[in-house]
Amino acid sequence: MSGFWSIYVIVLVLVTVIGSLWLLQGLSKKRVEDEGEVGTTKHVWDKDLVEYDNPLPRWWLILFWLTVLYSVGYLVVYPGMGSFAGIWGWTQTGQYERELARAEKRYGDIFAAFSGIALTDLAEDPEAVQLGRNLFQNNCATCHGSDARGARGFPNLTDDAWLYGGEPEKIEATITNGRNGVMPALGAAMTEEELNDVVAHVLSLSGRGEPNAKGQEKFGQMCIACHGVDAKGNQLFGAPDLTDDDWLHGSAEADIRDVILNGRSNHMPAQKEALSPDRIRTLVAYVLSLSKS
Amino acid sequence: MKHDTLERKAGLLAVLIVIAVSLGGLAEIVPLMFSSDVVEAAEGVSPYPALELEGRDIYIREGCYNCHSQMIRPFRDETERYGPYSLAGESVYDHPFQFGSKRTGPDLARVGGRYSDEWHRMHLINPRDLVPESNMPGFPWLVENTLDPDGTPVKMERLRMVGVPYTDEDIAGASSAVADKTEMDALIAYLQGLGLSSKGRR
Repeated sequence: MSGFWSIYVIVLVLVTVIGSLWLLQGLSKKRVEDEGEVGTTKHVWDKDLVEYDNPLPRWWLILFWLTVLYSVGYLVVYPGMGSFAGIWGWTQTGQYERELARAEKRYGDIFAAFSGIALTDLAEDPEAVQLGRNLFQNNCATCHGSDARGARGFPNLTDDAWLYGGEPEKIEATITNGRNGVMPALGAAMTEEELNDVVAHVLSLSGRGEPNAKGQEKFGQMCIACHGVDAKGNQLFGAPDLTDDDWLHGSAEADIRDVILNGRSNHMPAQKEALSPDRIRTLVAYVLSLSKS
Repeated sequence: MKHDTLERKAGLLAVLIVIAVSLGGLAEIVPLMFSSDVVEAAEGVSPYPALELEGRDIYIREGCYNCHSQMIRPFRDETERYGPYSLAGESVYDHPFQFGSKRTGPDLARVGGRYSDEWHRMHLINPRDLVPESNMPGFPWLVENTLDPDGTPVKMERLRMVGVPYTDEDIAGASSAVADKTEMDALIAYLQGLGLSSKGRR
């Protein structure tokens, strides 16, 4: 705070304190024991209705004096008089830093104890899993659901189907850096008839309907680069396995058709800004424990 | 000054009341108006691009601020959940600011990048599709309404009058930036841009 504003604030503070004292002084009339001596406010209503001018109750007045006294103490220890920081040197950020340091002291050791343990072992540690579960509810449940079973477009974490791999390190990388899954829109690249064939072929991959030779040929041209010759997907791109019964965007014929026509763009946000590495490790432990059970 | 005088001269009483109730504001608010921390943009904070600006207006129109604050206070339990605490310099281009005062839903000051665009779309259409416990209303009409590209440059010019440093190019490109976009696109763009300036600060 510059010199001018400091003085400006000090003057206003003093005006307020002194003004309060002046007001109090004016109200602190002597107590009158005998009611007869009390004057009136000189207000007269309806010809003869008047109002006594009694002093304020003593207890109330004392409280008022105490608040003014309190302000003096406050202005000495806390910042209030312009740029004077107060003898305790209190700041808002200082208080925040102390709060952080207290929490680090309390939780730091707990997380530090986990840091040497392998992720697969951590998934067996009930304390780590419980901590991970709490973090999951706060940070992950909005998309993956409070039961971690996901929703359409948001992967179920309790099964053993993994777009990017279910190994501990893969899960850790997914949480830390996020993932971007893109299925391009292929509607413009095939005719209506070809689309029908490909849909039929994709359905047959998971045992639904007869194999479709034309669809298989088109699939071989357009889809195997990501989904693989055997259609079992590729975890490098997060391309899903089309031969199982796990369908992120719906398993119905209409859903599959829509995905091929319009594509999909899925994004798992990176959590490294929000969560420290040791917290992410407990999350991995929790997620691993889910698919194990 | 006699009490009697004060009671009988209403004009004088009014003037004295104004002085008495102004003292706090004069000491606490007025100096801030001249403090660089408050009136200058924080590092990395820039004026809203056209689409986000339209999204902000939809945020205000739909009353999102009634349930969502955009102000993370410097307490650990808030910064753990929402990210670094808010700085005054982050709201300099907000007219009016969206601090809010009530959290029925979570704070949104740093919601940018926390969820995918698709998540926001589904969640805004019907929140319970994704969060069964949610009591937030759905906003399905946002998908159907398209933005009015003629209004955007005017808004930007008016904001420039109150000190938002939009360039002539920003304003010239505003209409095409929002053309054919839905209100949903705009709102998602706004939400995804919220609080990004704090990246790396903790």
